[in-house]
Amino acid sequence: MDGTPARQLREALAGKPSPPADKLVPAEAAVRLVRDGDHIAVGGTLYSRTPMALLFELLRQGRSGLTISRPLTCYEAELFLVGGLAGGIVTSWVGIGLPWGISRVVRELVEGGRATYEEWSHLALGLRYKAGAMGVPFLPTFTMLGSDLVGLVDTRELTCPFTGEKVLLVPALNPDVALLHVHRADRSGNAQIDGYRHMDADMAAAARTVIVSTEEVVDAERIAGRPDATVLPHFQVDAVVEAPMGAFPHECYGRYEADFAHFDDYVADVRRDGIDAVSAYLDRHVRRQPDFAAFLASFGASRLEGQQARAAELIAR
Amino acid sequence: MSWTPQELMTVSASRLLRDHRAVFAGVGVPLLASVLAKQRHAPDLTIVLEGGIIGPRMLAGKLPISTNEMRAARHAPMLTSITDVFLLAQRGFLHYGFLGAAQIDMHGNINTSVIGPVERPRVRLPGTGGANDIASLCNEVLVVTPHELRRFVERVDFVTSPGHLGGGDAREKAGLVSRGPSTVVTDLALLDFEPESRRMRLCALQPGVTVEDVRASTGFELLVHPEVCELEPPAIPDLDILRELDAGAAARD
Repeated sequence: MDGTPARQLREALAGKPSPPADKLVPAEAAVRLVRDGDHIAVGGTLYSRTPMALLFELLRQGRSGLTISRPLTCYEAELFLVGGLAGGIVTSWVGIGLPWGISRVVRELVEGGRATYEEWSHLALGLRYKAGAMGVPFLPTFTMLGSDLVGLVDTRELTCPFTGEKVLLVPALNPDVALLHVHRADRSGNAQIDGYRHMDADMAAAARTVIVSTEEVVDAERIAGRPDATVLPHFQVDAVVEAPMGAFPHECYGRYEADFAHFDDYVADVRRDGIDAVSAYLDRHVRRQPDFAAFLASFGASRLEGQQARAAELIAR
Repeated sequence: MSWTPQELMTVSASRLLRDHRAVFAGVGVPLLASVLAKQRHAPDLTIVLEGGIIGPRMLAGKLPISTNEMRAARHAPMLTSITDVFLLAQRGFLHYGFLGAAQIDMHGNINTSVIGPVERPRVRLPGTGGANDIASLCNEVLVVTPHELRRFVERVDFVTSPGHLGGGDAREKAGLVSRGPSTVVTDLALLDFEPESRRMRLCALQPGVTVEDVRASTGFELLVHPEVCELEPPAIPDLDILRELDAGAAARD
């Protein structure tokens, strides 16, 4: 929804469930809100608090022509591109993490002209979501000025009418759908995040439709006991999905650490089989699993408990 | 006593950091150099990480792999959003910014986006991440990179992170409000930028390295400071601290 006037963006919110209704639904129903051709903003960043349960469900259902945006993308971008759901990504960085080297899959697809990578600086992308969240069509910044990044994307230079300085204007990004994973939410969608907030709150406020998966569904009283931890008010949220360990194999702050051994295996397979390894991963871990709980179960309880124990250790003061 | 090229660069970089400042560091050498500086001579240096973390304390053997994960936030007094932490840089609170470089040119411009034509790149690199923002917004930028001919090129294929652009006052004219790169730290030398032309200039050599060695690994005509000195080698406590910090790197858990 790039370049949509504010009036139209505001009107699109009219379809949101405004009273604090019960929005708790299975992932399968929530993800049906995503339509072909949508721009999907994915919460978290790199391997932190990725809404994996929602993404796997979307990959299982299949869509076409999606665009995915995220501050830093991890292997989920490869799954969407190779799975044929998305033709392009909007991000500042692609890879799994520094020790695993550059993404061979995105390299091959982009170098071969089979996928697009629209590159923004980390802050510029953050300001695009921020402008979208603020309900204004752009924000001014000094970042990206003078670089070759500005020539590749839709920005404008402006002389500040107050100071006479040169500023770069970055356009608002109002995603069709934001997919987020949080620590706890009540049934009406009041949602709390512990630790890293990344760009999630801005993505949600900017998006037309917001789907939240949560480690646990809690009573409204428990949310009200810590209102400062609430980052999404209920009226922003369209659907709530209960998904314990819903960011795995990525991390969820204080709950479980990322499964680096799983990344090692994935990358080793890609090194051996190239893009076919991604298709094989999709078959094995996504399409042949009835749901995300089955995917989790395939790791065995002790491995998952180990990831949780390591998180507890890291958070201990 | 011996050391790896990475240890040498890390120690040299750490010695550039003064106390009572804030440093925007990425994982790897920048984080190691910042932690080392805190332990050796700058106890009140504040480390700031891209994930939104201000003032973390790193646990030896459990360094983070990314600046967005739990290990990176240990003992931090503040954890905010990514956008907010970069806005602190835009406001001018963050003194040092650290960058690595896949490709760097004579004016300190850095490429981490594409090798070859943009429309059909020969190599699609990972992208800017926060590097462009650090280069654009931190008061002073320190670049740390191995000194190799393929990295030190006359012109980068693509300016991901702006250095002094075309040289002279080009950076200011482009509208950038911070000073840009001040120092390049490599395993062969320390380089600064000649104040008028803003061209990279050799100013100090790593132990045992000659001016000719540096020239041979630089893909453009290198300016040389009239008084080139030799850097102090890493001290035993520097190496002890670094090896203890990085101990978990191989095992990763």
